[in-house]
Amino acid sequence: MTTGTDTPDPDGRGGSVLRAGSRLAGPQGWAPSALERERAAYRKRRSVRSLTVSALSTAVVAAVLVVLVTSAPGWPAVRHAYFSWDKAVASFPAVLDGLWLNIRIMAVCGVIIAVLGLLIAVGRTLRGPVAFPVRVLCTGYVDLFRGLPLLLVLLLLGYGMPALRLTGVPNSPLFWGGMALVLSYSAYVAEVFRAGIESVHPSQRAAARSLGLTYGKTLRHVVLPQAVRRVVPPLMNDLVSLQKDSGLVSILGVVDAIRAAQIETAIDFNYTPYVVAGLLFICLTIPMARLTDWVARRQGFQGAGGHL
Amino acid sequence: MTLLSVRHVRKSFGAHVVLEDLTMSVEAGQCVVLIGPSGSGKSTILRCLNLLEQVDDGQIVLSGDDITDPRVNADAVRARIGMVFQAYNLFPHMSVLDNVTLAPRRVHGIPAAQAREKAMAMLERVGLADKARARPDDLSGGQQQRVAIARALVNGPELMLLDEVTSALDPELVGEVLDLLVELKSEGMTMVLNTHEMGFAREVADTVCFLHDGRVHESGAPAQVLGDPVQPRTREFLRRVHG
Ligand SMILES: Nc1ncnc2c1ncn2[C@@H]1O[C@H](COP(=O)(O)OP(=O)(O)OP(=O)(O)O)[C@@H](O)[C@H]1O
Ligand SMILES: [Mg+2]
Repeated sequence: MTTGTDTPDPDGRGGSVLRAGSRLAGPQGWAPSALERERAAYRKRRSVRSLTVSALSTAVVAAVLVVLVTSAPGWPAVRHAYFSWDKAVASFPAVLDGLWLNIRIMAVCGVIIAVLGLLIAVGRTLRGPVAFPVRVLCTGYVDLFRGLPLLLVLLLLGYGMPALRLTGVPNSPLFWGGMALVLSYSAYVAEVFRAGIESVHPSQRAAARSLGLTYGKTLRHVVLPQAVRRVVPPLMNDLVSLQKDSGLVSILGVVDAIRAAQIETAIDFNYTPYVVAGLLFICLTIPMARLTDWVARRQGFQGAGGHL
Repeated sequence: MTLLSVRHVRKSFGAHVVLEDLTMSVEAGQCVVLIGPSGSGKSTILRCLNLLEQVDDGQIVLSGDDITDPRVNADAVRARIGMVFQAYNLFPHMSVLDNVTLAPRRVHGIPAAQAREKAMAMLERVGLADKARARPDDLSGGQQQRVAIARALVNGPELMLLDEVTSALDPELVGEVLDLLVELKSEGMTMVLNTHEMGFAREVADTVCFLHDGRVHESGAPAQVLGDPVQPRTREFLRRVHG
């Protein structure tokens, strides 16, 4: 990032106080030279051409795909079984109702995962012999739950824990489904946080300690704020993924969007509700994905210069 | 009065012995400048003084307290010493003001409003009060360096350690920082700093120490060490520096 007070700001972003000030001093009444006008005209011609090329090629690819699919011998049968409008309309309320459960699972588990993941990450990065058992415990946890397939954790907890019939332990499949998501995802999220913590340059810790801050306060005020900021985009990626995987609790019989769709298909063996559920999941993840992109772009712009 | 006394300090990294047997002492209100070739351990000794590195052997005594004793509270010792790093090491996620108020608030438990007042007064001193709300990344190198000095000064340390405070600055900004240090010295601040710039050393130093082979090879008044060194190795170093 530039630091000079007299840097012109050609694209008018005015990212800092310094730049905002210098914009006032910018050239007034400037008219582009013939050379610049010619270059601008060339750039415009080129962008019109590339826009045309991309629009055309997209249309061609789409047309080929449509023709290929609809001319397949099984298409009429598939269209009836998967793309029935009436069935879609009929099953929509039930599937949407199920989706509301997915959203709630994601929200509740997301918060627990973030907290647990951060604690495990901090546990893994603690130094000194006193913290040895904590490090071992956290490392073991991450190794275990990152290695186990989520589906397996779901089945083991969802069927195994209620079967134990322990008193005081809930036996609802929803609880154990959520627990499985939390256990698996915390292991992943902990690793993301750990990468963030380790990406903060040691000189930042040295500066904080030199001021007299303790290990804990250095972590709290200097290391973690920087680490968390850096890992927001990958974390949001995991959140999108959690949104999808919340559908896996359906195998335990929890009536979420997928289970609701399955119930609907069982009425007449028409699979359109699955397509409806799929579209709803996509509608849910797209805004999240765009938000992730936006956050990542903003951070990339901010973090591009400066610090060590 | 001797404020800081370094006795037979040894520090190695693995098999590489950086400080072999380093002894020096700093009087209260004095400015000691360390010079020596790159890799001679100038930064290392400053980090040892601030307990950011643990010495292998020897003793460091600050105002009568042996700070190398494992029973002392290292955080409390560091709170008494101000350190300015070669690369500034400002906290990029905080405003300039928050960088300066961090230690008063979190180490000394001063209420936020009062800490802000202290920090603003300090920023005023280094001529950056108008940049209090800015992010460190939006400042020039010289401005960042002065924020780092304000951050180290705000708690009124007994001792300031300055690591190559001018190496990243152009000559005009060197003058700016130099003026600040001369002013500090006139107020009685005790300082240990290292530098590659002999002109700078000559202006601020009461004592110049030439580091070589992990020891203070030669020390004395700046005019003597820089102008008429006794040791051949010092002479050779100065000839090389002056080109
Ligand atoms: N943490 C470390 N681990 C291993 N070696 C180190 C470490 N810190 C410093 N050293 C080594 O110690 C030696 C002295 O380093 P130091 O930074 O003190 O030198 P310096 O005199 O400050 O040099 P310069 O003038 O270039 O800043 C160097 O050879 C360096 O490689
Ligand atoms: Mg150095």
